[in-house]
Amino acid sequence: MSNPRALILRAPGINCERETHHAFERAGATSEYVHIKKLLAQPETLDRFQILSVPGGFSYGDDISSGRVLAQEMKARLGDRILQFVDRGGLAFGICNGFQVLVRLGLLPCSNDRLEEEVTLTHNLSNHYECRWVTLKTRNSRCVFLPDGLTLRWPAAHGEGRLMTKDPAALRTLIDEGFAAVQYVDEDGEPTEDYPHNPNGAPLGVAGLTNHNGRVLGVMPHPDRSYLPTHMPNWRQTQLEEGALPEDGDGMIVFREMVKAAKAEA
Amino acid sequence: MQAWRIDVVARQGQLDPKGDAAQRTLATAGLGGVRSVRSRRGYLLGDELSEQQVHAFAKSVLCDPVIEEFAVHAPGAAVGGIDDAHMLTIVPKPGVTDPVAHSVQKSLGDMQLPVVAAGTYQTFDVVGDIASEQLLRIARKDLANETVQQILVDELPQGLPGESPAPDLAVHEVALEGLDEAALVAISKDGGLALDGHEMTTIQAHFASLQRAPTRLELETLAQTWSEHCKHKTLTGTVQFDGQRIDNLLKSTIAKVTHDLDRDFCVSVFVDNAGIIKFDDVDSVCIKVETHNRPSAIEPFGGAGTGVGGVIRDVLGTGLGARPIANTDVFCFAPPDLPAEDLPQGCLHPLTVMKGVVSGVRDYGNPMGIPTVNGSVHFDDDFVGNPLVYVGNVGILPTARGLKKPNPGDMIVALGGRTGRDGIHGATFSSLELNTESESLSGGAVQIGDPITERKAMDAVMACAEEDLFSAITDCGAGGFSSAVGEMAEGLGAIVNLETAPLKYAGLAPWEIWISEAQERMVMAVPPAKLDRVLEVCEAEACEAFVLGEFTADNRLVVKHHGSVHCDMDLEFLHDGLPSRVLEASYEPPALREPDLPAEQDHKQALLDVMADYGVCSKEWIIRQYDHEVQAASAGKPLCGAREDGPADAAILAPKLGSMRGVVLSNGLNPRYSKIDPASMAECALDEAMRNSVAAGGDPDYTVILDNYCWGNTRDPQCLGELVRATQALCNLAMKYRTPFVSGKDSLHNEFNTGEKTIRIPGCILVTAMSVIGDVRRTMTSDLKRAGSKLVLVGVTKDELGGSVYYKTKGELGKNAPRVDKDAAHDVLIGVHRAIQAGCVLAAHDLSEGGLAAAVAEMAIGGKLGANVDVGEAKVEGELSATKRMFSESQSRLLLEVPPDRIDDLKANLHEAPFAVIGETTADATLRYSDGAATLATLAIADAEASWKRPLDLDGTLVKEETR
Repeated sequence: MSNPRALILRAPGINCERETHHAFERAGATSEYVHIKKLLAQPETLDRFQILSVPGGFSYGDDISSGRVLAQEMKARLGDRILQFVDRGGLAFGICNGFQVLVRLGLLPCSNDRLEEEVTLTHNLSNHYECRWVTLKTRNSRCVFLPDGLTLRWPAAHGEGRLMTKDPAALRTLIDEGFAAVQYVDEDGEPTEDYPHNPNGAPLGVAGLTNHNGRVLGVMPHPDRSYLPTHMPNWRQTQLEEGALPEDGDGMIVFREMVKAAKAEA
Repeated sequence: MQAWRIDVVARQGQLDPKGDAAQRTLATAGLGGVRSVRSRRGYLLGDELSEQQVHAFAKSVLCDPVIEEFAVHAPGAAVGGIDDAHMLTIVPKPGVTDPVAHSVQKSLGDMQLPVVAAGTYQTFDVVGDIASEQLLRIARKDLANETVQQILVDELPQGLPGESPAPDLAVHEVALEGLDEAALVAISKDGGLALDGHEMTTIQAHFASLQRAPTRLELETLAQTWSEHCKHKTLTGTVQFDGQRIDNLLKSTIAKVTHDLDRDFCVSVFVDNAGIIKFDDVDSVCIKVETHNRPSAIEPFGGAGTGVGGVIRDVLGTGLGARPIANTDVFCFAPPDLPAEDLPQGCLHPLTVMKGVVSGVRDYGNPMGIPTVNGSVHFDDDFVGNPLVYVGNVGILPTARGLKKPNPGDMIVALGGRTGRDGIHGATFSSLELNTESESLSGGAVQIGDPITERKAMDAVMACAEEDLFSAITDCGAGGFSSAVGEMAEGLGAIVNLETAPLKYAGLAPWEIWISEAQERMVMAVPPAKLDRVLEVCEAEACEAFVLGEFTADNRLVVKHHGSVHCDMDLEFLHDGLPSRVLEASYEPPALREPDLPAEQDHKQALLDVMADYGVCSKEWIIRQYDHEVQAASAGKPLCGAREDGPADAAILAPKLGSMRGVVLSNGLNPRYSKIDPASMAECALDEAMRNSVAAGGDPDYTVILDNYCWGNTRDPQCLGELVRATQALCNLAMKYRTPFVSGKDSLHNEFNTGEKTIRIPGCILVTAMSVIGDVRRTMTSDLKRAGSKLVLVGVTKDELGGSVYYKTKGELGKNAPRVDKDAAHDVLIGVHRAIQAGCVLAAHDLSEGGLAAAVAEMAIGGKLGANVDVGEAKVEGELSATKRMFSESQSRLLLEVPPDRIDDLKANLHEAPFAVIGETTADATLRYSDGAATLATLAIADAEASWKRPLDLDGTLVKEETR
């Protein structure tokens, strides 16, 4: 069969589109950039794709709050079409600012199959942007393509990454019901709320969410900056210990698994 | 104009990091009585909206439904405060760019609501036993900057700025006929033109020969084009240096090196916005470094941010458009713990400057999606009035698109941000001395950037470049349209219609449109056949573009506004009419001596003091606020090692995704050596940049360099003599290293007049080095990798502690500043590079501030491994005490970690370079320094690490309590 097609969304301020494009191609997808202006003018464009990817960046400067302006733009004119896209077997992926956009859009966690803002991603407890590598563990979640029990190192780079719900119990429910896909973990591999292993102070260490049917994934840290072996911070040590570099960096698996799932769907 | 007011606050029980941060700031500033601070975001919306519309908009756009709530106040409604609380509100001044307000307007449109005027503000509700005057005083210093912001206490903004008064559109002539030099200088001074008597007389004579007076706009054009900032009058002038006549200093020194070396990888040097060199068979890389010192002194956040924005545009406008791939930043500040009573009037406190600069770089570079990969920070008291902010950018472009040339008949297309009154006279302001009043007088020269507008311009330029739609491009920097169009039109001619320029707001006079330095604007020369497509592409990228005029062939610069001619000038006079300067220079070494220090009693404490010096200490707090990973090119990060907290010597990038070919980026600067001998400062800057590069795997034979000068008043012969001496030393060494200069810049007159005295910065040359390498997998980091390795010191240690950190910790400057032994230094660079390529090195680190002792500690901190070092084993020149062996800052030295079985291999690869095995790595996390049998210092790595991390641990998160 032909390669799954990945729509790499572009918009003013989105700035991780090139690495996202490359990572999907490396995983066996055919990537194509589509500017939000074009997608709004021709929403049917989406139907040509199996994967919708909203890359990281600072869409519209993150003015008002992160991802707000782009989410607002999409909600009015694309919301239903995106819901249908996901219900019909499409996969959607938001990284960092893309995750923020999907949350504001209501596509994540979307526990009732309705576009409502159930959670938010807000200011880090440090009150500033921070770039650092974190260790993540994937959970046994609803996500149909992300294997559970993986320990991964990805870089986080954001100022508004603290995942919050209206009341703390709701967050617990998201975990219990399989919406929390990824957590920040400490050196013992346990989910953590403590800096610096958890860079933003998110309660229960939640770093990524999936939706009710497991076809949408959003993560704060960047697999798109950790998919090559030389992206990893201590690749030289790995090379010394193992005699050679591995084929992939830790972020690659999510692209590979998503492309595999898209292929299986077709 | 009255407006709706919407206040957004965190819901009860939700955290408020912004309020908490403000509370910490107030507490740090000594406001003890503050019990709590809560933050509010405020929005103002034009009163044409109905209450229902405002509510709907606030609910779905302005307020986060999960954690926030909002209140709407009708236009003109009375403002109620919170009981016991002071309200402190910060509002952008009228005319200052407010990007959030633009996004609010966009979202109004997206919601099918009327797009009315919008504004934003930030309020803090401060509860506690404090007087409002106290609050205002501290807000002025630490929470806001009145250059661009207005501070309100116990009142809230009620309305939006109204319409500007109608602009003066008349053509104004400035009569120069018959005026003497003093009167001419007065005209220059009153107009902020920064032209000297000789230049004004030249202009007077030119217009006398035309039998007419210049217009105001013509005079402004000349002032911009002839400014020191644009023309480098000093460095291109004639210098009489102690009897030696040097014609065009720049050409006969820096440019001569490049010319004489004639390296085949150079594609375009000194002629374009940035220097271009070959990267591989298809592509080239280009690099530019600039300074943005004056604006950063007055408004650190906006100044540093727009500095970053400016140098990015330089690269974007290089060749036929280069894609920016990396930022590099180097700062010089006064120490952040400077006692308040030592702060001269009119200066911002260095801690305020540092925080502002760091956040300014962060909030421009990160949204642009360009990683900030490399930099350094330096501290000296003499930067108190003139902090230095160097900003650099690297780009990549197809080699075939390395050259540009506009043609007659090409349309002048401007794109990006709109033109406003911001930045008027930036170019001429940067050529004047700062003084106690600069802060209040020069506000117009400071701008606030809007990175997303620049990002849109960048995306549009890249899309046009891909389709080959333009024949030349440049950025609007200093001088705005006047410089951009004036430069591009050189040898051609141009007609400009100023009324076509979209404005941020009404009310600009033609001359203001012409010289405004509003940010985020680019100018392209577009063949008429391609114009429609250019406008189409820009539209698709959501980037505003318009036809500003046309290039002609009559060598005249004609500027019109609705048909009225405001300028009709001969371009030859504009570009070549500037009289060459003749400047006097002489050099007299300062009277200094070596200190007579008692023998060091406590080497452990001495090392801890060195590690805690601001220049040496960890910059992690700064580094982590910058995105150094975006674009996924990073193969060597600014922090390295087991826990990613060791200092890296250089950045390593593989900019073409999927290819292992790479770029190594490094820098060198040491202002303190300049106080002893500017020649030492210059040589050491180059040697340090090269050592840093080589330590990380850079190829010293495929490296280019940039020279960026920051100097004092070069009208003072001694000051200029220091510059000439430094330049000559730098050029001699660059010839030996075969490293061509590909770009450079100078910022002169960095002096601050306190009213009582003039504070002059130490003359600084920042050397930035960029190397192209075949495979990033053959690069190196500084962290120790394994226990049981040998530690090898390459190079010779000498009695060179003048200007060293060790002397500084003892309150001394000294006299023996390090010098570079050219031949030996070159052997070291080549030898170490060969050894790294041969695979016999596990870690490499350059020796710089703090000498051998600090380098060992830094490698151990990175690797979390111990080291035993015998300084007695080091190769030295003459008799040298153990203390001097530990802390000497002799150049051309690197420390290598080498597997024991590869020592012979190492020796074979080092060739002529002197080296000694001085110790080994251990698994016990302890540092041991000895001199033969005598122990000098034994300490836990955690102790060295705590001393090293604590000074700039501004969030208190780098040093864990248990290690304190």
